[in-house]
Amino acid sequence: MSCNKPCDGPVKGPQHEPRKGFSRRTFIEGVGIGAGAAGAIGMTPEARADSSELMGPDPVPITLNINGKSVDLEVEPRVTLIDALRNQLDHTGAKKVCDRATCGACTVVVDGNPVYSCTLLAIEAQGRRIETIEGISTEDSMHPVQVQFVENDAQQCGFCTPGLVMAGKVAADRNPPPSMAEVESALSGNICRCGTYVGVRKAVYEAARQGGA
Amino acid sequence: MATKYDWPAVEDRSLIGKRHNRVDGPAKARGAAKYSYDRNLDGMLVARLVTSPVPHGRIISIDTSTAEKAAGYKGHVNIMNVGDEVQWVGTEILAICADTEEHARDAAAAVNLHFEILPHWVKDEDVKKAGEANRVQPAKDDTKGPDFEAAWDSADETVEGYYGLGIITHCCLEPHGQVVDWTGDDIKVYASTQAVARIPADLARGLSRDESIGTVEPDSVEVITPYMGGGFGSKFAIDTWGIACAKLSKKTGRPVKLMLDRDEELMVAGGRPSDYGNVKIGAKKDGTLVAYESETWSTGGIAGRGSPPLPYVYDNEERLAQKARHLNVSTNIGPARAWRAPNHPQAAVLTMCPMDDLAAKLDMDPVEFFKKNADLTARPEVYRYEIDKCAEMIGWKEKWHKRGDSGPGPVKRGLGLSLHTWGGRPHDSTCEVRIQPDGGVSVNLASQDLGVGTYTTLAVVAAETLGLQIPDIKVNIGNSKLPISGASGGSTTVGGTSASTRRATVNALEELKGVVAPSLGVGADDLVAKDGKVFAKSDPSKSLSWVDACRKLGNRTITGQGRQPDRDGGKLNDSGVGGVQMADVSVDVETGVVSINKIAAVQDVGLVVCLEQSESQVYGAMIQGVAWALYEESIYDQATGKMLNPDMEFYKLPGAGDIGEMEVHMVQNKYDDRGVIGIGEPPAISPGAAISNAVANAIGVRVSTLPLTPDRVLAALASA
Repeated sequence: MSCNKPCDGPVKGPQHEPRKGFSRRTFIEGVGIGAGAAGAIGMTPEARADSSELMGPDPVPITLNINGKSVDLEVEPRVTLIDALRNQLDHTGAKKVCDRATCGACTVVVDGNPVYSCTLLAIEAQGRRIETIEGISTEDSMHPVQVQFVENDAQQCGFCTPGLVMAGKVAADRNPPPSMAEVESALSGNICRCGTYVGVRKAVYEAARQGGA
Repeated sequence: MATKYDWPAVEDRSLIGKRHNRVDGPAKARGAAKYSYDRNLDGMLVARLVTSPVPHGRIISIDTSTAEKAAGYKGHVNIMNVGDEVQWVGTEILAICADTEEHARDAAAAVNLHFEILPHWVKDEDVKKAGEANRVQPAKDDTKGPDFEAAWDSADETVEGYYGLGIITHCCLEPHGQVVDWTGDDIKVYASTQAVARIPADLARGLSRDESIGTVEPDSVEVITPYMGGGFGSKFAIDTWGIACAKLSKKTGRPVKLMLDRDEELMVAGGRPSDYGNVKIGAKKDGTLVAYESETWSTGGIAGRGSPPLPYVYDNEERLAQKARHLNVSTNIGPARAWRAPNHPQAAVLTMCPMDDLAAKLDMDPVEFFKKNADLTARPEVYRYEIDKCAEMIGWKEKWHKRGDSGPGPVKRGLGLSLHTWGGRPHDSTCEVRIQPDGGVSVNLASQDLGVGTYTTLAVVAAETLGLQIPDIKVNIGNSKLPISGASGGSTTVGGTSASTRRATVNALEELKGVVAPSLGVGADDLVAKDGKVFAKSDPSKSLSWVDACRKLGNRTITGQGRQPDRDGGKLNDSGVGGVQMADVSVDVETGVVSINKIAAVQDVGLVVCLEQSESQVYGAMIQGVAWALYEESIYDQATGKMLNPDMEFYKLPGAGDIGEMEVHMVQNKYDDRGVIGIGEPPAISPGAAISNAVANAIGVRVSTLPLTPDRVLAALASA
């Protein structure tokens, strides 16, 4: 539910030129997070017409750029980025919850934008800069948003937390820092069931004031 | 009588009742916390359920021949068999596993089911129609207090109205499910559960029913659940999918993961019963409530379910004449599961809303009306104090206006309140606290942290008792091999586990004092543990650091045992609390959209152990309350018998911008002598009634049923 307030956050969702070599239409990859990001973003006529090479249904080798590292894996073309991350690479920070681009638990950052990884095919994530929650902290040092999540008790069961942290990170890293209304807008594509929003809003707002990353 | 186990006096508390960062906070913020869904074991297979697409039918055939030829197929087990009757869409028929998630989905989709279709019924709000469909079970009547007719006749003002709220589902973000790794006689279960210690017997019983498996001992099952992604009352049992998952693991000799899909989660793994009813309520001119009568009905699936305690909170049997009749409607929908404070949120709507309507008719400020009748509650003083405090927090005096008197313009503002109560009797718990010669301390018990702060609470209790800090304590929970502790349901965990941990820690410390005393040349009774030291009260210069004190143990490890209940173990907990919530809303009468300006809550829970996590529980309950007051509802279609919104797009939940401002006041240092009382349920009860009353105050008419969606708001305005 994010329809009651004006959407004043920037429209997110990757926009890029279609790459060659994919038969799969790119229409679902543009579904970014919240704030009125519609499925149509990123759906270019070229993408729709692109059918240069058939892939699958058997697994195909792909290379993903995850947290600055190049990773080779084999996936069926139908495998989503969330499933590739969780099932093949054991990057289980991002969660699969709605699997329909609604709840944001699977949020990762692709080319600087928060993206629902349940709605981006792994093969289409090639050549793009993917940041997962595993990449923004170490045992000893956390991103300011993560620090503020702990300081503001912005978590209960914690299952939505990684998605909210990634959406919050992108908002907090913005310059100038977002207003509280902009924080709410930036988080509006992420759903928490325990009800941690009071702490989450404060955490992202505070982290932004401390300069984000 | 005071005992050594009692909670320290307020001036001696350095950690209890204060704000602390959540112990498991960094692991969750970093995405490093491993949930059941996150387990990727070597050689693990993935299983999917095949479920019933029909709401009521008898299974004619289950054909797996095509599925067995699917790529990657590894095996399947039946949960139901030919001839069995299914009673709702989503009923688990079989579980099938394959080498990858994609192959498991393909295999599941290749299973062919045939049913003899039987008549179904899924609607509950129109009780007359349900009766005509022969779906209403015999009524339960309950009459209490003074003669009803006489009391009703003595009332100067009365209200008769219709109120209700629909079915909601738990929608745990981590769905129900588990990974099972069955090797030889050893069954490891990574289960998303609220009942770590209960699952072994539950699973063993389920497996032992299968003759091909034979007897399985509960002790051969180890449940491992360090983190779980939400339960809210829906995750106590191993369920059919857990038993099927274990069978698949045995059959294939591999670990198997079976987590429900989102639609299955919403259709069959959650569900809070609806409640609708006609209520009559009467009072004297001065506002004294004299009579309350309700005829209510509800559904929570084929067995009916749901019976709200009515009237709610205002239930004095000496002075209030009461009549309650409740009917259960049997429907072909997924069965109800306990939802935070079972039956109470419904009871609050069915009591606090008619009371608010009566206050409006009496031309009384609801704050005065609810306070005036506080003597009809079990805790008049608590509620009067809380109503005043909450009114101050929400700015009631400055903002309240008479019903509907909200000025010109399309956006109307209003205030409303509700009261609630809950028991929260502590569950049974055993705990072992270990003190190591290197100074290490661990708290060990088979409890679980649902996100409420169990790790943090138990670390605070042990650290406070030993004069240490939170990071000095290692809390080991989430494993069924640890000392048995109760399931987390009904606000029972914090009372039970804090008591067993306190007693175990006191006992361990006693033993340590006995070892240390001779080396300091004082009696053990003279020693205290404080500020990271063990020293003599009579001569604080006789002192050892905690680590040096523990070194005196040589090679020995101290184990202190504690349990709940323990008659000789001091007064550490209690049950029975009161709380008040007030809502400030705006309603756009042109669009029907309700938005929250602010919700304030005042909550008594006896002794607060962790202030910040307690507040988080209340915030969470209020936010969930906004969800079921304004947005979420399971919607069923009579033509097909299906739930129309088993997804997170049309099963609507609020986002960070939909909840307004929230303020929580935990009552501290007032009822501390009662000890610790659970907090999970109480604050989850009032939000719906408080918000509904605020909307009525804003727009001048009652919107009968929750959630207060724009269409219902507009319909109520149109009919006024």
